[in-house]
Amino acid sequence: MSGVVDAAAAAARLRGPGVLSRLLGAPGAMVGTVVIAVILALAVLAPVLAPYDWNATSLCRRLAPMSAEHWFGCDIFGRDVLSRVMFGARYSLAMGISTVVISLLFGALLGIAIAYAGGRVDAVGARVIDAMLGFPPIILAILIVAVLGVGLWNAALAVGISGIPRFARITRAATLSLAARDFVEAARSIGSGNMRIVLRHLLPNLAPVLIVIATLDLGSAVLFTATLSFLGLGAQPPTPEWGAMLNAGREYVRYAPWTMIFPGLALFLTVMSVNLVGDRLSLVLDPRQKDRS
Amino acid sequence: MTTRRLLGRLLGAIPTLLITWTVVFGAMRLVPGDPVLLMLQGTPISDGAMDAARAKLGLDRPLVVQYVSFIANAAVGDFGDSFRSRQKVTGLIAAEFPFTLQLAFGGFVIGVLLGATLGVIAGVWPNGWVDTLCMTLALAGLSLPSFWIGMILIQVFATTLGWVPVLGTGFDALILPAISTGLFIAGGLARLARNSIIEVMAQDYIRTARAKGLSAVRVVAKHAMRNALIPPLTLLGIQFAVLIGGAVVTETVFARPGIGRLLVLAVLEKDFPVVQGIVVLTTAAYVLINVLIDIAYGIIDPRVDA
Repeated sequence: MSGVVDAAAAAARLRGPGVLSRLLGAPGAMVGTVVIAVILALAVLAPVLAPYDWNATSLCRRLAPMSAEHWFGCDIFGRDVLSRVMFGARYSLAMGISTVVISLLFGALLGIAIAYAGGRVDAVGARVIDAMLGFPPIILAILIVAVLGVGLWNAALAVGISGIPRFARITRAATLSLAARDFVEAARSIGSGNMRIVLRHLLPNLAPVLIVIATLDLGSAVLFTATLSFLGLGAQPPTPEWGAMLNAGREYVRYAPWTMIFPGLALFLTVMSVNLVGDRLSLVLDPRQKDRS
Repeated sequence: MTTRRLLGRLLGAIPTLLITWTVVFGAMRLVPGDPVLLMLQGTPISDGAMDAARAKLGLDRPLVVQYVSFIANAAVGDFGDSFRSRQKVTGLIAAEFPFTLQLAFGGFVIGVLLGATLGVIAGVWPNGWVDTLCMTLALAGLSLPSFWIGMILIQVFATTLGWVPVLGTGFDALILPAISTGLFIAGGLARLARNSIIEVMAQDYIRTARAKGLSAVRVVAKHAMRNALIPPLTLLGIQFAVLIGGAVVTETVFARPGIGRLLVLAVLEKDFPVVQGIVVLTTAAYVLINVLIDIAYGIIDPRVDA
């Protein structure tokens, strides 16, 4: 990714013809899209498709290996790992998406607000944003979890908040460069108010870039929230969240590796697919990058 | 770089540190529950003893005074005593820090070796299957959950093959944790190095080197790599954050001692002085490393300072 975002150009490119075909033209992005679609479908249809109840325990199936009845084997409580992985997609995706939405929404609002206020507000705001970027993200997220308490949504909120400074910084820079453009000047000269300029002229140009950055971020957001759950700071048992499942399976890896392999594989495939698509998306929008098709 | 500039850069980090520490102070005051009750962890206490404990912790003082003393103490690295072990937080961190440093260094070495290799190979043969393969591997490095790959490495190389010990703090016990920390860094570095190599390979001096009849290996090794790897390496300041994050996760997976594990346990046990100490110190280290890299960049490439 380049440091300077030309929001208006990227927005125009995104609305240009043939974006979808160019986006899916690369095999990697195509594969990524298909995998994401499958995982989304499994998440949505989990109650219908899952062979067992994700929380149904059974003593006699404890750590049962992979078989025709239980494709992914069973965990320490005899719960079907396949069903748990399918339901887990719901938690991991929901947590990942909500963190990105939180970072995007509040980061963008903050960035636009301080850039548009200008003067001292902008100077102080930019300074504070820079300082907040002085926290290693995982440390900031853990600090927020320490305040909010452990739990699935608290972890998502913590990761979301820790992403706000980064989005604010990008939005601020993009807003400043857009605000200096002729079309903003023109709008002002025909008497448009600040609110109108922000809503009608700045936001439509900023939105595509922000959405792309959010897409690029989604992979790491899913990974990040799963990491907190793995550390015991996010989703708690018996929630079938992938990170939490890996944490629970840790003690039995030696006897039942399937309790660890499949949730991790699902997490890896999800993150990799999102990253493949995001990578291609940023390439389509910023052709200055070296082509890699 | 003049001494004045150098001092200027270092002093410029102070407002950043003050803001981050203010955030930490504020966050710790937002924690629900009375610190004294948290410290006692359920032991009953009389009102008088409670007041005495509050006074001892300085909680009876006005907020402004508490804030100033927090900043002053943070600046000299004093974070009080752990709620759990009643030991000095600074001592606890100092005892664990060398292990995290070892791990970070190991992860860094693996990341740079692997990342530079993949990136250079991809950049020398761009846009073919070699490039695609290398860059897919790099993206996989960025997408792999490090805790998952850590567990797989333990299962394969420690438990099944028995090549390295599962636990311990020796060099052989560092190999697997270093790999699982380093893969993410390798992924990011490979992508940067590739683009950088492609850019450099198009320069005139590379054409000149080739025209002189130098072998391809020599052109890449002596002329291209030297110039191409400087920009990605300067981004390693950001990698410190990755290494710290990696330490938090890897230390938990491998049950290694270190400040990452100390932090996670402190959060789970609501041992806030320890949380506070680790957050303040890692943030300070992160900010300082970035300033130092900034300075180093100015020394390596004088154009930056112009």
